[in-house]
Amino acid sequence: MANKSYEEAIVSLQSLLSEKGELGPVVAERIDEITAELQQSRKTFDPVQRIKCGWLYFKTEIYDKNPELFDKLKKGQEPKFLVFACSDSRVSPTTVLNFQPGEAFMARNIANMVPPYDKLRYSGVGAVIEYAVLYLKVENIVVIGHSACGGIEALMNLPKDGSESTEFIENWVKIGLPAKAKVLAEHPESTFEEQCKYCEKEAVNVSLANLLTYPFVRDGLVNKTLALKGGYYDFIKGEFQLWGLHFHLSSPCTL
Amino acid sequence: MRQKEREFVYWCVFFLYTGKKIINHPPPRSKMTLFSTSAREVTKMAEDSYEEAIAGLKKLLSEKNELEDAAAAKIRQLTAELQGVEGKKSDPDEKIRAGFAHFKAEKYEKNPDLYGQLAKGQSPKFLVFACSDSRVCPSHILNFQPGEAFVVRNIANMVPPYDQTKYSGVGAAVEYAVVHLKVENILVIGHSCCGGIKGLMSIPDDGSTNSDFIEEWVKICLTAKAKVKAECCNLDPAEQCTKLEKEAVNVSLGNLLTYPFVREAVVKKSIALKGGHYDFVNGSFELWNIDFKLNPSISL
Repeated sequence: MANKSYEEAIVSLQSLLSEKGELGPVVAERIDEITAELQQSRKTFDPVQRIKCGWLYFKTEIYDKNPELFDKLKKGQEPKFLVFACSDSRVSPTTVLNFQPGEAFMARNIANMVPPYDKLRYSGVGAVIEYAVLYLKVENIVVIGHSACGGIEALMNLPKDGSESTEFIENWVKIGLPAKAKVLAEHPESTFEEQCKYCEKEAVNVSLANLLTYPFVRDGLVNKTLALKGGYYDFIKGEFQLWGLHFHLSSPCTL
Repeated sequence: MRQKEREFVYWCVFFLYTGKKIINHPPPRSKMTLFSTSAREVTKMAEDSYEEAIAGLKKLLSEKNELEDAAAAKIRQLTAELQGVEGKKSDPDEKIRAGFAHFKAEKYEKNPDLYGQLAKGQSPKFLVFACSDSRVCPSHILNFQPGEAFVVRNIANMVPPYDQTKYSGVGAAVEYAVVHLKVENILVIGHSCCGGIKGLMSIPDDGSTNSDFIEEWVKICLTAKAKVKAECCNLDPAEQCTKLEKEAVNVSLGNLLTYPFVREAVVKKSIALKGGHYDFVNGSFELWNIDFKLNPSISL
Protein backbone atom coordinates (compact mmCIF):
# COMPACT_ATOMS: atom_id res chain seq x y z
CA MET A 1 0.00 0.00 0.00
CA ALA A 2 2.82 2.38 0.90
CA ASN A 3 4.67 1.66 -2.31
CA LYS A 4 1.53 2.31 -4.36
CA SER A 5 1.02 5.72 -2.78
CA TYR A 6 4.71 6.52 -3.32
CA GLU A 7 4.42 5.63 -6.99
CA GLU A 8 1.27 7.70 -7.36
CA ALA A 9 3.01 10.65 -5.73
CA ILE A 10 6.00 10.33 -8.09
CA VAL A 11 3.64 10.20 -11.08
CA SER A 12 1.87 13.41 -9.97
CA LEU A 13 5.19 15.18 -9.42
CA GLN A 14 6.50 14.11 -12.82
CA SER A 15 3.28 15.28 -14.43
CA LEU A 16 3.69 18.71 -12.81
CA LEU A 17 7.33 18.96 -13.91
CA SER A 18 6.45 18.08 -17.50
CA GLU A 19 4.04 21.06 -17.52
CA LYS A 20 6.36 23.43 -15.64
CA GLY A 21 9.94 22.55 -16.53
CA GLU A 22 11.31 25.68 -14.79
CA LEU A 23 10.47 24.09 -11.42
CA GLY A 24 13.09 21.40 -12.02
CA PRO A 25 16.01 22.81 -9.94
CA VAL A 26 13.73 23.79 -7.01
CA VAL A 27 12.14 20.36 -6.94
CA ALA A 28 15.54 18.68 -7.08
CA GLU A 29 16.68 20.66 -4.07
CA ARG A 30 13.52 19.83 -2.13
CA ILE A 31 13.87 16.13 -2.97
CA ASP A 32 17.45 16.21 -1.61
CA GLU A 33 16.14 17.79 1.60
CA ILE A 34 13.43 15.17 1.96
CA THR A 35 15.97 12.38 1.41
CA ALA A 36 18.20 13.83 4.13
CA GLU A 37 15.25 14.16 6.52
CA LEU A 38 14.22 10.56 5.95
CA GLN A 39 17.75 9.29 6.52
CA GLN A 40 17.93 11.25 9.75
CA SER A 41 14.58 9.89 10.95
CA ARG A 42 15.89 6.35 10.77
CA LYS A 43 18.39 7.22 13.52
CA THR A 44 16.13 9.34 15.73
CA PHE A 45 14.38 7.96 18.75
CA ASP A 46 10.81 6.75 18.23
CA PRO A 47 8.93 7.14 21.51
CA VAL A 48 5.90 5.18 20.36
CA GLN A 49 8.09 2.26 19.40
CA ARG A 50 9.88 2.46 22.75
CA ILE A 51 6.56 2.43 24.65
CA LYS A 52 5.24 -0.43 22.53
CA CYS A 53 8.36 -2.55 23.09
CA GLY A 54 8.32 -1.87 26.80
CA TRP A 55 4.66 -2.83 27.09
CA LEU A 56 5.08 -6.02 25.05
CA TYR A 57 8.02 -7.10 27.21
CA PHE A 58 5.95 -6.60 30.36
CA LYS A 59 2.89 -8.29 28.88
CA THR A 60 4.69 -11.43 27.69
CA GLU A 61 7.41 -11.82 30.34
CA ILE A 62 5.61 -10.68 33.48
CA TYR A 63 1.83 -10.24 33.08
CA ASP A 64 1.14 -13.45 31.11
CA LYS A 65 3.61 -15.51 33.13
CA ASN A 66 2.11 -14.65 36.52
CA PRO A 67 -1.66 -15.20 36.19
CA GLU A 68 -2.19 -15.92 39.88
CA LEU A 69 -0.51 -12.71 40.99
CA PHE A 70 -2.35 -10.56 38.48
CA ASP A 71 -5.70 -12.22 39.18
CA LYS A 72 -5.22 -11.30 42.81
CA LEU A 73 -4.20 -7.74 41.94
CA LYS A 74 -7.28 -7.28 39.76
CA LYS A 75 -9.37 -7.56 42.89
CA GLY A 76 -7.38 -5.06 44.92
CA GLN A 77 -4.04 -4.00 46.35
CA GLU A 78 -2.58 -4.52 49.81
CA PRO A 79 0.84 -2.94 49.73
CA LYS A 80 2.80 -3.00 52.97
CA PHE A 81 4.87 0.03 51.99
CA LEU A 82 4.29 3.66 51.13
CA VAL A 83 7.51 4.84 49.48
CA PHE A 84 8.59 8.40 48.78
CA ALA A 85 11.28 8.59 46.13
CA CYS A 86 12.71 11.25 43.86
CA SER A 87 11.40 11.64 40.29
CA ASP A 88 15.01 11.16 39.10
CA SER A 89 15.07 8.59 36.28
CA ARG A 90 17.87 6.65 37.99
CA VAL A 91 16.22 5.89 41.32
CA SER A 92 12.99 3.99 40.74
CA PRO A 93 12.42 1.99 43.94
CA THR A 94 10.85 -0.76 41.85
CA THR A 95 14.23 -1.28 40.22
CA VAL A 96 16.52 -0.45 43.13
CA LEU A 97 14.63 -2.42 45.79
CA ASN A 98 13.06 -5.00 43.47
CA PHE A 99 9.45 -4.25 44.48
CA GLN A 100 6.93 -6.46 42.72
CA PRO A 101 3.51 -5.25 41.51
CA GLY A 102 1.29 -4.79 44.53
CA GLU A 103 4.03 -4.30 47.10
CA ALA A 104 4.64 -0.58 47.29
CA PHE A 105 2.36 2.44 47.00
CA MET A 106 4.57 5.18 45.68
CA ALA A 107 4.87 8.94 45.60
CA ARG A 108 7.59 10.45 43.44
CA ASN A 109 8.45 14.13 43.33
CA ILE A 110 11.46 16.44 43.13
CA ALA A 111 13.92 15.49 45.88
CA ASN A 112 11.55 12.98 47.51
CA MET A 113 10.07 15.62 49.79
CA VAL A 114 7.29 15.21 52.32
CA PRO A 115 6.01 18.71 53.13
CA PRO A 116 4.16 19.43 56.38
CA TYR A 117 0.37 19.09 56.61
CA ASP A 118 -1.14 21.90 54.52
CA LYS A 119 -4.52 21.52 52.81
CA LEU A 120 -3.94 24.50 50.56
CA ARG A 121 -0.33 24.18 49.46
CA TYR A 122 0.38 20.48 49.64
CA SER A 123 -2.82 18.59 48.89
CA GLY A 124 -1.06 16.20 46.50
CA VAL A 125 1.25 14.68 49.08
CA GLY A 126 -1.47 14.86 51.72
CA ALA A 127 -3.79 12.83 49.48
CA VAL A 128 -1.16 10.12 48.98
CA ILE A 129 -0.44 9.78 52.70
CA GLU A 130 -4.13 9.86 53.61
CA TYR A 131 -5.02 7.17 51.09
CA ALA A 132 -2.08 4.94 51.96
CA VAL A 133 -2.44 5.16 55.74
CA LEU A 134 -6.23 5.30 56.20
CA TYR A 135 -7.51 3.23 53.25
CA LEU A 136 -4.71 0.87 52.27
CA LYS A 137 -3.41 0.66 55.86
CA VAL A 138 0.22 0.38 54.83
CA GLU A 139 2.54 -0.73 57.63
CA ASN A 140 5.68 1.17 56.64
CA ILE A 141 6.46 4.58 55.21
CA VAL A 142 9.93 4.80 53.68
CA VAL A 143 11.44 8.06 52.43
CA ILE A 144 14.41 7.45 50.14
CA GLY A 145 16.98 10.12 49.26
CA HIS A 146 19.77 9.63 46.73
CA SER A 147 23.17 10.79 45.54
CA ALA A 148 23.64 13.62 43.03
CA CYS A 149 20.10 14.90 43.61
CA GLY A 150 19.40 17.95 41.43
CA GLY A 151 16.66 19.16 43.75
CA ILE A 152 18.96 19.13 46.80
CA GLU A 153 21.64 20.87 44.75
CA ALA A 154 19.08 23.59 43.94
CA LEU A 155 18.29 23.85 47.67
CA MET A 156 21.97 24.23 48.54
CA ASN A 157 22.37 26.82 45.76
CA LEU A 158 19.52 29.02 47.00
CA PRO A 159 20.87 32.51 47.66
CA LYS A 160 20.96 33.63 51.29
CA ASP A 161 18.34 36.32 50.69
CA GLY A 162 15.86 33.60 49.68
CA SER A 163 15.28 35.09 46.21
CA GLU A 164 14.25 32.66 43.47
CA SER A 165 14.95 32.43 39.77
CA THR A 166 12.69 29.46 38.97
CA GLU A 167 8.91 29.37 38.73
CA PHE A 168 8.42 26.35 40.99
CA ILE A 169 11.60 24.38 41.73
CA GLU A 170 13.17 26.58 44.38
CA ASN A 171 9.85 27.20 46.12
CA TRP A 172 9.30 23.43 46.34
CA VAL A 173 12.75 22.46 47.58
CA LYS A 174 12.55 25.11 50.32
CA ILE A 175 10.63 22.42 52.19
CA GLY A 176 14.13 21.10 52.97
CA LEU A 177 15.52 24.39 54.36
CA PRO A 178 15.88 23.06 57.92
CA ALA A 179 18.20 20.36 56.56
CA LYS A 180 20.32 22.93 54.76
CA ALA A 181 20.61 25.06 57.90
CA LYS A 182 21.75 22.05 59.93
CA VAL A 183 24.30 20.98 57.34
CA LEU A 184 25.78 24.47 57.00
CA ALA A 185 26.01 24.80 60.78
CA GLU A 186 27.63 21.38 61.31
CA HIS A 187 29.86 21.20 58.22
CA PRO A 188 30.82 24.77 57.33
CA GLU A 189 34.28 23.76 56.10
CA SER A 190 33.16 20.92 53.84
CA THR A 191 33.11 21.28 50.06
CA PHE A 192 29.85 22.06 48.30
CA GLU A 193 29.64 18.45 47.03
CA GLU A 194 30.11 17.06 50.54
CA GLN A 195 27.51 19.48 51.93
CA CYS A 196 25.06 18.37 49.23
CA LYS A 197 25.58 14.76 50.26
CA TYR A 198 24.92 15.54 53.92
CA CYS A 199 21.84 17.51 52.89
CA GLU A 200 20.51 14.63 50.75
CA LYS A 201 20.41 12.50 53.91
CA GLU A 202 19.32 15.22 56.33
CA ALA A 203 16.42 16.23 54.07
CA VAL A 204 15.08 12.69 54.47
CA ASN A 205 14.99 13.29 58.23
CA VAL A 206 13.15 16.57 57.68
CA SER A 207 10.58 14.67 55.59
CA LEU A 208 10.23 11.99 58.26
CA ALA A 209 9.61 14.70 60.85
CA ASN A 210 7.04 16.34 58.54
CA LEU A 211 5.20 13.02 58.37
CA LEU A 212 4.48 13.48 62.07
CA THR A 213 2.41 16.59 61.28
CA TYR A 214 -0.27 14.31 59.77
CA PRO A 215 -2.58 13.18 62.60
CA PHE A 216 -3.34 9.84 60.95
CA VAL A 217 0.42 9.12 60.76
CA ARG A 218 0.85 10.00 64.44
CA ASP A 219 -2.07 7.73 65.34
CA GLY A 220 -0.53 4.89 63.37
CA LEU A 221 2.80 5.32 65.14
CA VAL A 222 1.22 5.49 68.60
CA ASN A 223 -0.87 2.39 67.86
CA LYS A 224 2.22 0.70 66.46
CA THR A 225 0.45 -0.07 63.20
CA LEU A 226 2.89 2.11 61.27
CA ALA A 227 6.70 2.40 61.12
CA LEU A 228 8.75 5.22 59.56
CA LYS A 229 12.06 4.59 57.82
CA GLY A 230 14.62 6.69 56.04
CA GLY A 231 16.78 5.44 53.19
CA TYR A 232 19.64 6.68 51.03
CA TYR A 233 20.61 5.23 47.64
CA ASP A 234 24.11 6.09 46.50
CA PHE A 235 24.28 5.09 42.84
CA ILE A 236 27.86 6.26 42.53
CA LYS A 237 29.11 3.78 45.13
CA GLY A 238 26.33 1.23 44.68
CA GLU A 239 25.22 1.35 48.32
CA PHE A 240 21.95 1.60 50.21
CA GLN A 241 21.50 2.79 53.79
CA LEU A 242 18.38 2.28 55.89
CA TRP A 243 17.42 3.73 59.24
CA GLY A 244 14.34 4.00 61.46
CA LEU A 245 12.54 6.77 63.31
CA HIS A 246 11.19 5.83 66.71
CA PHE A 247 8.26 7.78 68.14
CA HIS A 248 6.51 7.33 71.43
CA LEU A 249 3.92 9.36 73.33
CA SER A 250 3.80 8.53 77.03
CA SER A 251 0.43 8.66 78.81
CA PRO A 252 -0.20 12.07 80.30
CA CYS A 253 -0.25 12.43 84.05
CA THR A 254 -2.24 15.03 85.88
CA LEU A 255 0.04 17.39 87.78
CA MET B 1 5.85 -14.30 94.88
CA ARG B 2 7.27 -17.83 95.07
CA GLN B 3 10.83 -18.77 94.18
CA LYS B 4 9.85 -20.25 90.79
CA GLU B 5 7.94 -17.12 89.81
CA ARG B 6 10.83 -14.96 90.91
CA GLU B 7 13.22 -16.97 88.71
CA PHE B 8 10.81 -16.68 85.80
CA VAL B 9 10.77 -12.89 86.26
CA TYR B 10 14.58 -12.77 86.30
CA TRP B 11 14.86 -14.88 83.11
CA CYS B 12 12.28 -12.68 81.41
CA VAL B 13 14.25 -9.59 82.33
CA PHE B 14 17.41 -11.17 80.91
CA PHE B 15 15.85 -11.99 77.55
CA LEU B 16 13.86 -8.80 77.34
CA TYR B 17 16.69 -6.50 78.31
CA THR B 18 18.88 -8.22 75.74
CA GLY B 19 16.27 -7.74 73.03
CA LYS B 20 15.37 -4.18 74.12
CA LYS B 21 19.03 -3.17 74.10
CA ILE B 22 19.39 -4.21 70.47
CA ILE B 23 16.15 -2.70 69.24
CA ASN B 24 16.05 0.58 71.16
CA HIS B 25 19.73 1.39 70.97
CA PRO B 26 20.74 1.14 67.35
CA PRO B 27 24.25 2.20 66.23
CA PRO B 28 25.07 5.93 66.68
CA ARG B 29 23.63 8.79 64.59
CA SER B 30 20.28 6.92 64.43
CA LYS B 31 21.50 5.17 61.30
CA MET B 32 21.75 1.46 60.66
CA THR B 33 23.61 0.39 57.59
CA LEU B 34 22.21 -2.84 56.26
CA PHE B 35 25.34 -4.80 57.05
CA SER B 36 25.96 -3.46 60.55
CA THR B 37 26.92 -4.48 64.12
CA SER B 38 28.20 -8.05 64.33
CA ALA B 39 26.26 -10.66 66.29
CA ARG B 40 29.24 -11.19 68.62
CA GLU B 41 29.42 -7.49 69.55
CA VAL B 42 25.68 -7.43 70.19
CA THR B 43 25.80 -10.49 72.45
CA LYS B 44 28.66 -9.03 74.53
CA MET B 45 26.76 -5.75 74.98
CA ALA B 46 23.70 -7.76 75.99
CA GLU B 47 25.55 -9.92 78.54
CA ASP B 48 27.06 -6.92 80.34
CA SER B 49 23.68 -5.20 80.48
CA TYR B 50 22.00 -8.35 81.77
CA GLU B 51 24.27 -8.48 84.86
CA GLU B 52 23.47 -4.90 85.74
CA ALA B 53 19.76 -5.25 85.11
CA ILE B 54 19.37 -8.44 87.16
CA ALA B 55 21.34 -6.99 90.07
CA GLY B 56 19.22 -3.87 90.09
CA LEU B 57 15.91 -5.68 89.94
CA LYS B 58 16.89 -8.28 92.56
CA LYS B 59 17.91 -5.53 94.93
CA LEU B 60 14.66 -3.63 94.47
CA LEU B 61 12.41 -6.68 94.85
CA SER B 62 14.26 -7.91 97.94
CA GLU B 63 13.64 -4.55 99.60
CA LYS B 64 10.05 -4.17 98.40
CA ASN B 65 8.34 -7.55 98.05
CA GLU B 66 5.01 -5.94 97.32
CA LEU B 67 6.36 -4.78 93.94
CA GLU B 68 6.84 -8.30 92.57
CA ASP B 69 3.36 -8.72 91.10
CA ALA B 70 3.53 -5.34 89.43
CA ALA B 71 7.01 -6.15 88.09
CA ALA B 72 5.78 -9.46 86.66
CA ALA B 73 2.88 -7.72 84.89
CA LYS B 74 5.16 -5.06 83.42
CA ILE B 75 7.59 -7.67 82.20
CA ARG B 76 4.86 -9.74 80.57
CA GLN B 77 3.68 -6.58 78.77
CA LEU B 78 7.22 -5.82 77.65
CA THR B 79 7.59 -9.38 76.31
CA ALA B 80 4.43 -9.00 74.23
CA GLU B 81 5.53 -5.60 72.94
CA LEU B 82 8.98 -6.83 72.08
CA GLN B 83 7.71 -9.89 70.28
CA GLY B 84 5.33 -7.69 68.28
CA VAL B 85 7.99 -5.10 67.48
CA GLU B 86 10.61 -7.71 66.67
CA GLY B 87 8.25 -9.66 64.45
CA LYS B 88 7.42 -6.53 62.49
CA LYS B 89 10.93 -5.07 62.53
CA SER B 90 12.70 -7.85 60.73
CA ASP B 91 10.21 -8.30 57.88
CA PRO B 92 10.23 -4.89 56.16
CA ASP B 93 13.95 -4.30 56.79
CA GLU B 94 14.71 -7.76 55.46
CA LYS B 95 12.50 -7.17 52.41
CA ILE B 96 14.37 -3.95 51.64
CA ARG B 97 17.77 -5.57 52.28
CA ALA B 98 16.98 -8.51 50.01
CA GLY B 99 15.52 -6.24 47.33
CA PHE B 100 18.63 -4.09 47.17
CA ALA B 101 20.91 -7.15 47.20
CA HIS B 102 19.04 -8.54 44.19
CA PHE B 103 19.32 -5.24 42.30
CA LYS B 104 23.00 -4.86 43.18
CA ALA B 105 23.95 -8.37 42.01
CA GLU B 106 21.62 -8.76 39.02
CA LYS B 107 21.60 -5.26 37.56
CA TYR B 108 24.06 -2.78 39.09
CA GLU B 109 27.12 -5.02 38.92
CA LYS B 110 26.19 -6.59 35.59
CA ASN B 111 25.89 -3.25 33.78
CA PRO B 112 28.93 -1.19 34.80
CA ASP B 113 28.85 0.85 31.58
CA LEU B 114 25.25 1.95 32.09
CA TYR B 115 25.65 2.73 35.78
CA GLY B 116 28.96 4.46 35.17
CA GLN B 117 27.20 6.67 32.67
CA LEU B 118 24.25 7.34 34.99
CA ALA B 119 26.58 8.31 37.83
CA LYS B 120 27.57 11.32 35.74
CA GLY B 121 24.08 12.48 34.85
CA GLN B 122 20.67 11.65 33.41
CA SER B 123 19.09 12.43 30.07
CA PRO B 124 15.69 10.76 30.11
CA LYS B 125 13.51 11.12 27.02
CA PHE B 126 10.26 10.81 28.99
CA LEU B 127 8.48 12.62 31.78
CA VAL B 128 5.86 10.15 32.99
CA PHE B 129 2.88 10.80 35.24
CA ALA B 130 1.58 7.60 36.79
CA CYS B 131 -0.71 6.78 39.69
CA SER B 132 0.77 5.93 43.09
CA ASP B 133 -1.11 2.62 42.89
CA SER B 134 1.24 -0.27 43.72
CA ARG B 135 0.13 -2.16 40.61
CA VAL B 136 1.02 0.39 37.95
CA CYS B 137 4.69 1.31 38.25
CA PRO B 138 6.00 2.44 34.83
CA SER B 139 9.26 0.57 35.49
CA HIS B 140 7.20 -2.60 35.32
CA ILE B 141 4.46 -1.93 32.80
CA LEU B 142 6.61 -0.15 30.23
CA ASN B 143 9.87 -1.79 31.28
CA PHE B 144 11.61 1.57 31.77
CA GLN B 145 15.28 1.11 32.65
CA PRO B 146 17.28 3.44 34.91
CA GLY B 147 17.85 6.70 33.08
CA GLU B 148 14.91 6.48 30.69
CA ALA B 149 12.00 8.14 32.45
CA PHE B 150 11.63 11.00 34.93
CA VAL B 151 8.59 9.92 36.91
CA VAL B 152 5.96 11.71 38.96
CA ARG B 153 3.53 9.56 40.91
CA ASN B 154 0.49 10.84 42.74
CA ILE B 155 -3.15 9.90 43.39
CA ALA B 156 -4.88 9.25 40.06
CA ASN B 157 -1.88 10.45 38.00
CA MET B 158 -3.16 14.02 37.92
CA VAL B 159 -1.55 17.08 36.40
CA PRO B 160 -3.15 20.15 37.98
CA PRO B 161 -3.13 23.51 36.21
CA TYR B 162 -0.32 26.02 36.75
CA ASP B 163 -0.56 27.30 40.34
CA GLN B 164 2.49 28.40 42.29
CA THR B 165 0.62 28.25 45.58
CA LYS B 166 -1.52 25.15 45.38
CA TYR B 167 0.48 22.89 43.10
CA SER B 168 4.17 23.67 43.46
CA GLY B 169 5.12 19.97 43.65
CA VAL B 170 3.87 19.07 40.19
CA GLY B 171 5.00 22.45 38.83
CA ALA B 172 8.54 21.80 40.06
CA ALA B 173 8.67 18.37 38.41
CA VAL B 174 7.33 19.66 35.08
CA GLU B 175 9.68 22.66 35.17
CA TYR B 176 12.72 20.51 35.95
CA ALA B 177 11.91 17.90 33.32
CA VAL B 178 11.03 20.31 30.51
CA VAL B 179 13.39 23.23 31.09
CA HIS B 180 16.43 21.52 32.62
CA LEU B 181 16.36 17.90 31.46
CA LYS B 182 14.69 18.80 28.17
CA VAL B 183 12.63 15.64 27.94
CA GLU B 184 11.09 15.01 24.52
CA ASN B 185 7.85 13.37 25.64
CA ILE B 186 5.36 13.80 28.46
CA LEU B 187 3.23 10.71 29.00
CA VAL B 188 0.27 10.69 31.41
CA ILE B 189 -0.88 7.14 32.20
CA GLY B 190 -4.26 6.34 33.73
CA HIS B 191 -5.27 2.84 34.80
CA SER B 192 -8.12 0.46 35.56
CA CYS B 193 -9.72 0.25 39.02
CA CYS B 194 -8.26 3.60 40.05
CA GLY B 195 -9.29 4.39 43.63
CA GLY B 196 -8.76 8.11 43.11
CA ILE B 197 -11.03 8.17 40.06
CA LYS B 198 -13.63 6.17 41.94
CA GLY B 199 -13.35 8.75 44.73
CA LEU B 200 -13.91 11.54 42.17
CA MET B 201 -16.98 9.75 40.83
CA SER B 202 -18.33 9.38 44.38
CA ILE B 203 -18.13 13.05 45.33
CA PRO B 204 -21.74 14.18 45.83
CA ASP B 205 -23.17 16.79 43.47
CA ASP B 206 -23.04 19.47 46.14
CA GLY B 207 -19.26 19.05 46.21
CA SER B 208 -19.10 18.22 49.91
CA THR B 209 -16.15 16.16 51.03
CA ASN B 210 -15.28 14.14 54.08
CA SER B 211 -11.58 13.48 53.57
CA ASP B 212 -8.73 15.79 54.60
CA PHE B 213 -7.02 15.82 51.20
CA ILE B 214 -8.10 13.09 48.78
CA GLU B 215 -11.33 14.56 47.44
CA GLU B 216 -9.91 18.08 47.11
CA TRP B 217 -7.02 16.63 45.12
CA VAL B 218 -9.11 14.54 42.72
CA LYS B 219 -11.41 17.50 42.07
CA ILE B 220 -8.62 18.62 39.70
CA CYS B 221 -10.42 16.46 37.13
CA LEU B 222 -14.00 17.52 37.93
CA THR B 223 -14.56 18.65 34.34
CA ALA B 224 -13.83 15.11 33.15
CA LYS B 225 -16.53 13.80 35.48
CA ALA B 226 -19.07 16.30 34.13
CA LYS B 227 -18.26 15.21 30.57
CA VAL B 228 -18.55 11.49 31.34
CA LYS B 229 -21.79 11.92 33.27
CA ALA B 230 -23.28 13.92 30.40
CA GLU B 231 -22.14 11.61 27.61
CA CYS B 232 -22.21 8.17 29.23
CA CYS B 233 -25.21 8.21 31.56
CA ASN B 234 -26.44 4.96 29.98
CA LEU B 235 -23.30 3.05 31.05
CA ASP B 236 -23.05 1.18 34.36
CA PRO B 237 -20.90 2.70 37.14
CA ALA B 238 -17.86 0.53 36.40
CA GLU B 239 -17.91 1.47 32.71
CA GLN B 240 -18.35 5.13 33.64
CA CYS B 241 -15.26 4.87 35.86
CA THR B 242 -13.26 3.44 32.96
CA LYS B 243 -14.36 6.33 30.77
CA LEU B 244 -13.45 8.76 33.54
CA GLU B 245 -10.01 7.18 33.97
CA LYS B 246 -9.30 8.02 30.32
CA GLU B 247 -11.04 11.40 30.23
CA ALA B 248 -9.12 12.53 33.33
CA VAL B 249 -5.90 11.83 31.42
CA ASN B 250 -7.12 14.24 28.75
CA VAL B 251 -7.86 16.90 31.37
CA SER B 252 -4.31 16.43 32.71
CA LEU B 253 -2.86 16.74 29.20
CA GLY B 254 -4.86 19.94 28.74
CA ASN B 255 -3.58 21.23 32.08
CA LEU B 256 0.00 20.68 30.88
CA LEU B 257 -0.62 23.41 28.33
CA THR B 258 -1.19 25.93 31.14
CA TYR B 259 2.57 25.79 31.82
CA PRO B 260 4.19 28.32 29.46
CA PHE B 261 7.40 26.30 29.13
CA VAL B 262 5.35 23.27 28.02
CA ARG B 263 3.35 25.32 25.52
CA GLU B 264 6.53 26.77 24.09
CA ALA B 265 8.13 23.36 23.69
CA VAL B 266 4.99 21.87 22.12
CA VAL B 267 4.74 24.73 19.60
CA LYS B 268 8.45 24.34 18.77
CA LYS B 269 7.84 20.61 18.38
CA SER B 270 10.57 19.80 20.87
CA ILE B 271 8.09 17.98 23.09
CA ALA B 272 5.18 15.60 22.44
CA LEU B 273 2.23 15.02 24.78
CA LYS B 274 0.77 11.54 25.03
CA GLY B 275 -1.97 9.88 27.02
CA GLY B 276 -2.09 6.24 28.06
CA HIS B 277 -4.40 3.82 29.86
CA TYR B 278 -3.19 0.57 31.44
CA ASP B 279 -5.94 -1.96 31.94
CA PHE B 280 -4.65 -4.68 34.25
CA VAL B 281 -7.99 -6.47 34.29
CA ASN B 282 -7.86 -7.21 30.56
CA GLY B 283 -4.09 -6.95 30.14
CA SER B 284 -4.07 -4.13 27.59
CA PHE B 285 -2.48 -0.73 27.06
CA GLU B 286 -3.85 2.16 25.00
CA LEU B 287 -1.75 5.09 23.80
CA TRP B 288 -2.84 8.33 22.17
CA ASN B 289 -1.47 11.79 21.24
CA ILE B 290 -2.63 15.27 21.86
CA ASP B 291 -1.69 17.63 19.05
CA PHE B 292 -1.45 21.34 19.59
CA LYS B 293 -0.54 24.03 17.14
CA LEU B 294 -0.60 27.81 17.14
CA ASN B 295 -1.03 29.34 13.67
CA PRO B 296 0.90 32.54 12.98
CA SER B 297 -1.20 35.54 13.88
CA ILE B 298 -2.59 37.85 11.22
CA SER B 299 -3.28 41.52 11.66
CA LEU B 300 -6.94 42.28 11.22
